[in-house]
Amino acid sequence: MLILQALLSGLLNGGIYSLVAVGLTLIFGVMRIINFAHGSLMMLGMYVSYWLFVLWGVDPYLALIASGSVLFAVGVLIEAVLVSPVLEAPEHDQLLLTLGISLVIENLALFLWKADPRTVTVPYLAVAPMVGGIMISSPRVIAFVVSLALTAVLYVFLKRTDLGKAIRAVSQDREGALTVGINMRRIYALAFGIGCACVGVAGGLVVPFYAVDPYVGGVFVITAFVVVVLGGMGNFGGALLAALIVGLAESVAAVFIPAAMKQVVMYTIFVVVLLFRPQGLFGARRA
Amino acid sequence: MSLSIEEGEIVSVVGANGAGKTTLLKAIAGLVRPTGGAVELRGERLDRLPTHRIVERGVVRVPEGRRIFPEMTVRENLELGATPPQARRKRPESLSRVWDLFPILRERARQLAGTLSGGEQQMLAIGRGLMSLPTLLMLDEPSLGLAPMVVKEIFQTIRRINADGVTILLVEQDVMHSLGMSHRGYVLENGSIVLAGGGPELLANQHIRTAYLGI
Repeated sequence: MLILQALLSGLLNGGIYSLVAVGLTLIFGVMRIINFAHGSLMMLGMYVSYWLFVLWGVDPYLALIASGSVLFAVGVLIEAVLVSPVLEAPEHDQLLLTLGISLVIENLALFLWKADPRTVTVPYLAVAPMVGGIMISSPRVIAFVVSLALTAVLYVFLKRTDLGKAIRAVSQDREGALTVGINMRRIYALAFGIGCACVGVAGGLVVPFYAVDPYVGGVFVITAFVVVVLGGMGNFGGALLAALIVGLAESVAAVFIPAAMKQVVMYTIFVVVLLFRPQGLFGARRA
Repeated sequence: MSLSIEEGEIVSVVGANGAGKTTLLKAIAGLVRPTGGAVELRGERLDRLPTHRIVERGVVRVPEGRRIFPEMTVRENLELGATPPQARRKRPESLSRVWDLFPILRERARQLAGTLSGGEQQMLAIGRGLMSLPTLLMLDEPSLGLAPMVVKEIFQTIRRINADGVTILLVEQDVMHSLGMSHRGYVLENGSIVLAGGGPELLANQHIRTAYLGI
């Protein structure tokens, strides 16, 4: 029973990881930039949802539209003002920039909203139904379903629409994309915006069961980095599968070892996979 | 360096590795910016426009190494060629024109571009360029790494494209073939033009015969 419970919660967590990781991998795939501000942007998404609930009683699931749109706008702005000037810069400069953005956002949040963890209780979700001895946490199920649905929508968008194909073209061959007359600045802004919107929605989704504080993003984003690398940097489907694997492994491991050590499992998988498949589990080597 | 191309011409730029041929094409396409001088199309300055605006004006480059999108199908690659708005409106017509020029691409329409042979990838790159509705098509080393039979086919197709009214600027190491089919040619050495003239006339030039053809 314990194992079943662990499998379920692992799977549900994996869904959230996937939405966070998909945003990260999209940004990396298109712009070749590692967005270290991803976690703090998720935290912003959580606060958007939190304040809408506290100040105006907005249902957290309705607030997803707001946290997604606000983070999309923030992403486009960050890209245009801060990231685009360093796109041709050496990697360590880009890294310092996104890390710096993250520090600014976190400390701004600390200054404005203090370090206290804040929680939202949604009345109609307070009771967790039991099915066959397993506790089913409704907000986690909702988070899982919405995450996977959004990931699927994003996948279809990238695969089928002209704009989505242009985004993929940029990630497959930058010079080729310039050659066919794709407006790079537009694609970069869009990819960064969409990546941030993903994490904004993910933030909103966890608010009903996860306390918000200015440093909360770190918890999710470290996992998301592991997921992105495991899935193959820039590989969309890979990120989704790796997210579910990491979620399951972490949760099942917590049954056998102290919960505080569960991250050891994640990093062990990480190191072992990279030892044998440096391109990630599902990564194809790109020319 | 000064270079001009008239409408309807095939113009070749030949020269050794590192002479600056690729840089020349990239400067026209806006991928590198000239530190001085100007690039003009029918009197309009191109050298300050972003790359996608240059493509919109019909100045299209088929890059060295093809630069196709390997994880997309042949058809998707071609459709992406029709990215400029006016090209997008003519997508179906352009597509049938490319199918007509390269029947093999039609057969492989659903295949991933990365799985094509070198020659087919080159055809795809040229086809993708045509989808952008070029008035000037710039080809960078289209014969590179291809078998002689395929090279012949590619050059024949280039002549056909020119006959349909597309001006061609060809950069090649295959001096014999490219000058042979060009109206005019330029010889580039260390970033400067050292010789210019009619294509066949350059082929007869003593400097070219000794330096490039080894005759």
